[in-house]
Amino acid sequence: MSAITLPRQDTYLNINYGIRSWLLTTDHKRIAILYLVSITLMFVIGGAAATMMRIELFTPASDLVDAATYNKLFTMHGIVMIFFFLVPSIPAILGNFILPLMLGARDLAFPRINLLSWYIYMLGAGVTLWALIAGGVDTGWTFYTPYSTASPTHVVAATVGVFIAGFSSILTGLNFIVTTHKLRAPGMTWFRLPLFVWSLYATSLILVLATPVLAITLVLVAVERLFHVGIFDPALGGDPLLYQHLFWFYSHPAVYIMVLPAMGVVSEIIPTFAHKGLFGYKVVAISSIAIAVLGFLVWGHHMFVSGMSLHAALMFSAFSYLVAIPSAIKVFNWTSSLYKGSISYDTPMLYALGFIGLFTIGGLTGLYLAALGVNVHVTDTYFIVAHFHYIMVGGSVMGYFGGLHYWWPKMTGRMYPEKWGRAAAIIIFIGFNATFFPQFILGFEGMPRRYAAYPPEFQFLNMLSSLGAVLLGIGYILPALYLIPSLWFGKQAGPNPWDATGLEWKTSSPPPANNFEKIPVVTTGPYHYPGKQDKVG
Amino acid sequence: MAESSLRPMNALGDTHSVETSGAHAAPDLQFENLEQQHATRVFGMWIFLVTELMLFGALFLMYTVYRAFYPAAFAEGSRHLDLALGGINTAVLIVSSLCIALAIHAARTSAKRSQLALWLLAAAVLGIVFMVIKGYEYFLHYQNGEMPVFNWTLTGAGAGHVQLFFWLYFAMTGVHAIHLSIGIALVGIMILRALLGNFKPNAYTPLEMTGLYWHFVDIIWIFLLPLLYLIAR
Amino acid sequence: MSEPIIPTRTLFIVCGALLLLTALTIGAYFMDLGILHTPVALAIAGAKAVLILLFFMHLRYSSGLTRIVLLAGLLWLGILILGTMDDALTRGWVLGTAP
Ligand SMILES: [Cu+2]
Repeated sequence: MSAITLPRQDTYLNINYGIRSWLLTTDHKRIAILYLVSITLMFVIGGAAATMMRIELFTPASDLVDAATYNKLFTMHGIVMIFFFLVPSIPAILGNFILPLMLGARDLAFPRINLLSWYIYMLGAGVTLWALIAGGVDTGWTFYTPYSTASPTHVVAATVGVFIAGFSSILTGLNFIVTTHKLRAPGMTWFRLPLFVWSLYATSLILVLATPVLAITLVLVAVERLFHVGIFDPALGGDPLLYQHLFWFYSHPAVYIMVLPAMGVVSEIIPTFAHKGLFGYKVVAISSIAIAVLGFLVWGHHMFVSGMSLHAALMFSAFSYLVAIPSAIKVFNWTSSLYKGSISYDTPMLYALGFIGLFTIGGLTGLYLAALGVNVHVTDTYFIVAHFHYIMVGGSVMGYFGGLHYWWPKMTGRMYPEKWGRAAAIIIFIGFNATFFPQFILGFEGMPRRYAAYPPEFQFLNMLSSLGAVLLGIGYILPALYLIPSLWFGKQAGPNPWDATGLEWKTSSPPPANNFEKIPVVTTGPYHYPGKQDKVG
Repeated sequence: MAESSLRPMNALGDTHSVETSGAHAAPDLQFENLEQQHATRVFGMWIFLVTELMLFGALFLMYTVYRAFYPAAFAEGSRHLDLALGGINTAVLIVSSLCIALAIHAARTSAKRSQLALWLLAAAVLGIVFMVIKGYEYFLHYQNGEMPVFNWTLTGAGAGHVQLFFWLYFAMTGVHAIHLSIGIALVGIMILRALLGNFKPNAYTPLEMTGLYWHFVDIIWIFLLPLLYLIAR
Repeated sequence: MSEPIIPTRTLFIVCGALLLLTALTIGAYFMDLGILHTPVALAIAGAKAVLILLFFMHLRYSSGLTRIVLLAGLLWLGILILGTMDDALTRGWVLGTAP
């Protein structure tokens, strides 16, 4: 690495102080920190709901909470985790911080809109939390009509909260797309962009194109609820399936909103810790876009049993197989990149490897579900629950934690204790599998999801799952216990602690307010390891 | 994407047409020059318009599905709309779009603030005229018992399907009217800024963005006219 | 800013054409076109939209990138409508319950 020594200690953190300097900041790095704090809070709330559910499910009877409360718990868990943690986590925290640095830009294209999107997020979160505290919602995170227009719980407030948060996503996506097109440093061509940028770009496409559809649909559901009559009302001849189409047009691609950024993180971590270029860079880059596009063609696979036409079901089933191809390509390329690399198993790498393994299991069981026949057998069982938790928790959350550890030194200028980091990563991996693998079996044996009570023959596997959840919970608490103290006690990271490539490592840690002393000029591909064969660039 | 993918970054050079004096000569921190700043912001507006397209697109989808299900009820519903008012409103919006285009032309070719402000004012007034006519239509629907929830008197076989038409009618024209109101407010702000002398032949980005938004809202209406008013036969 | 300035004459002509097309579509409504009513009306609306896009929104003079953005938006709208209609129009085939 070129010798970068910055005697000045001007960073984005110490340029000014006080609450105003944070709440009115337009610096993408500070906004990322604002998001980090608020999204972590939402993660804790969503996690608390999950904990209650797993405690309840420890025994067959519904003893801790009654069925109605249980419905509210899983709804709250779903809404908070999906719309307020998984969707924004990597883009709004890590993407916000890193994207301009990776591009060699001084900020995002629209810094004030970036701040606005955080306020919108907070407003949406506030409204949703109010709905959950005021009495909760019991529709599940999908707000299916006609039930959602009849349920006696606080559906309107919850949908309005999600609607508001949707605009936060749209603005973030818009900002990322425009920034990637218009603010790249000199020499930063499209095929020199880091893969994290490619994946954020693909994610942003989905955010911008799919979120408005959900937004307007939720408004109409809220209106219908308010007046007890409306556009999806079967009494008028309204079509509940139409609602489902609109809902899944957003919500299937939303799976990729949650997974693509994590894939991007993994694509950054692997070259760094294998110390060589990523195998098949261009293929991986294009596959992100392919996932974004194909992801829009398969939404109907969530509706096979809801009365959709057989013709459409077969079409959607066929496309669902196609969408697996670009994901499989990525997994293949990551594993190939490890081949003959000199791998160091630091914390981010452990998360990345965990991601690959768990995402593969989640993806393969997804293929299983894409088959129309099997789908009908396991729909609404714990098999589905396990499947999407392997994708979302095993995939996205692993990616998020990997990225957080990977860029923590850049964001804070401090190293965390490596031993603790590795321990937490391993505990999370074991705890995750202990929690969710039994659920595959439960689902196959026919245990339905969304019930507080279950027949006694399912108890052993449920106890296993609940004990795994305890381990998983401990794993998630650990990073807070060592990351926060590292702000004061961690050793200085220096500009490039991992010996990584990429422009974000060419500036000091934490970066100065303007990101770069001088805008860099790019002459090589993103994973250029001199002396090693790399096909990039 | 293809256009800029092969070309190295656009931040270099190209400062020829940039004014070097005046309060607006310096681009924001993240931009190399005013040229890049303008192009970036206008591009951002286009992306925003695509999200708006998808927002209206969901409504157009609902319309398509229900019209395919209940063609007769939709024709019946459409018979309750006043084509004359719809047609006049279309013309009003088209002329307002012309005014916006002329306003931007004025901003780019002359330094006279008054001319720019007058064209903007004309557009805003036409926008308000549209809203008044639309409000009158809503009032008529209310009086005639064609407004679901508030006053709905149609009964008999298929009345539910006709009500679906009216739900869509109010949803589509309502969301459109909200957008137009925002447009009118934006144009109002532009009038103030024009009078304050904020715009120059080489510094008119906010005008351009407002204009794009206004024209987009116009285009939506151009599709609403045939889909809602012209399906009775 | 390097975009060419469209002469006012062109703007007036475009506006005239738009008003003419509006009259045309209303005129067509009163003709006996049978099932062609909606296709004709949509074609005219499409032509008007293209005029506005090309001249008022000066797509004619802007970069290919802007056009791709617009086309992408239309493509996605098409996907949404086609995918849903695939279900809506063929539901009766199997269940015999087409409304
Ligand atoms: Cu799906």
